[in-house]
Amino acid sequence: MAGIGIAGGPLAGLAREPSASRWLRSAAWGFARVFSIFALALAWELAARSGAFTPYMLPALSAVLERIWHDLIAGDLLLNTGVTLYRALSGFVIGALAGIALGMGISRNRLINWFFDPIISVGFPMPKIAFLPIVILWLGVYDLSKITMIAVEAIFPVVTATVVGIRGVERELLWSARNMGAGERELLWQIAVPAALPQVITGLQVALPIALIVAVVTEMFMGGYGLGGAMNTASRFADSRGVFAGIVEIAVIGYALVKGMTLIRRRLLLWHQEAVAPSTV
Amino acid sequence: MKAGLLRYVPLLLLALAWEAGARSGMISTLALPPLSTVVVAWIELLKDGELVSNGAASLWRTGAGLTLAIVIGAGLGIFMAWWRPVHVLLSPLVEMFYPMPKSALIPVTVLWLGFGNSSKILLIFLGCMLPVTIGAFNGARSSEQVLVWSARSMGANRLRMLWDVVVPSAMPELLNGIRTALALSFILLVSSELIAAREGLGYLIGFLGASGTYDAMFAVVLTVALLGFVADRIYLLVMKRMLRWQE
Repeated sequence: MAGIGIAGGPLAGLAREPSASRWLRSAAWGFARVFSIFALALAWELAARSGAFTPYMLPALSAVLERIWHDLIAGDLLLNTGVTLYRALSGFVIGALAGIALGMGISRNRLINWFFDPIISVGFPMPKIAFLPIVILWLGVYDLSKITMIAVEAIFPVVTATVVGIRGVERELLWSARNMGAGERELLWQIAVPAALPQVITGLQVALPIALIVAVVTEMFMGGYGLGGAMNTASRFADSRGVFAGIVEIAVIGYALVKGMTLIRRRLLLWHQEAVAPSTV
Repeated sequence: MKAGLLRYVPLLLLALAWEAGARSGMISTLALPPLSTVVVAWIELLKDGELVSNGAASLWRTGAGLTLAIVIGAGLGIFMAWWRPVHVLLSPLVEMFYPMPKSALIPVTVLWLGFGNSSKILLIFLGCMLPVTIGAFNGARSSEQVLVWSARSMGANRLRMLWDVVVPSAMPELLNGIRTALALSFILLVSSELIAAREGLGYLIGFLGASGTYDAMFAVVLTVALLGFVADRIYLLVMKRMLRWQE
């Protein structure tokens, strides 16, 4: 089959725009992208220097970057980032694994479905972060309570997405697999799970930013190490450079994690047709 | 109706297990006060007005922040889909700020506006705007070309077309974006009130927890959770009604 495709043949050019205009367009796009981010950074710096705001209300971007650099050299930045990432990611992984397992159980077992379905549907829209003081009461103020809180928040979108994904698997696929002699177990692992994968990954993509939000909130609430804790300390000492440095650091980490997840999605779904279509804004 | 109620039997079982576990002494009542005492504490809080005054503060903050986020976010998203230069300029910024964990903004809103209402409203507005913007943008962008063409050939000007064609076809995705924002607004509200506030349900939870009145704390936690749930269900009803023309 490989030789018949039009990819390298004389017809290849017809499918796309002429390459010069395509190059121009992508260059313009790249320029616009850099331009608006650069403009925002410049506006921040100028606004801070103009004297319209006190340095307490809005420290200059350069001062904030300098602060981040100092934190990096002192080693605080790496330590805090590591601690926050450790909490957020372990909570996320626990929530994801439990969510996928529970979602599979709900779609396969009537009893599990009966018991958990109302709990999930009532629990999903609840702001579970309100339970944070209770979780602290039970599990203390260290990693355990934070990771538990993150896992609890992360599990809901994953369960829902897994159930929807498995339910949406085409009947014809299941029928033909069963016809070819697949057992129930093979049916689940070789047909239902891969076919539900796009939905499941969407659920993971919803859960990951939530995990980070909750990690930061729990750290701010309890103090101590971690980016949220560092921001909390900075804000108590009215150290606004520290606060803004924290915002920049957390934003960068959030961006990197979300982009990483998008890459993983593309890699895992190479075989799937939706992987061809761009899915960002 | 009956089947609908039967569906929630597992929740009732959980409540019974809670009551039994706490009453039997298997779990310390310090860690888990029995559900019945929590209900009594809830009624007490309702009577002395704590629940009402703090609840009103919280609801006002969510309502105001969310309304701002919906109006400005939806306008921005439709504008981005409508006029290409705006899209080119703003989409990098949207893409950059969308994945940001919004809770990082809690200290800075406090730094700017203090412990009162305005810092929470600003936080909820900033945190909830982008999901609405992205929903509106994706919805408006996907409005069918055929509709746009036929409206144009029937002589609709650009503004009319925006209102009659683009906005309605953006509606389903926009409403979904708002639902995400609604859930997010409650998370941000409670978090910011737990961390830095002098009134509000989140503050009340922290206050009662610190003073060791755990039955009352459980009562407020359940109230907040229930409010989030009820808000979502009411929104779903509204959403169904607004999308009725679709079928």
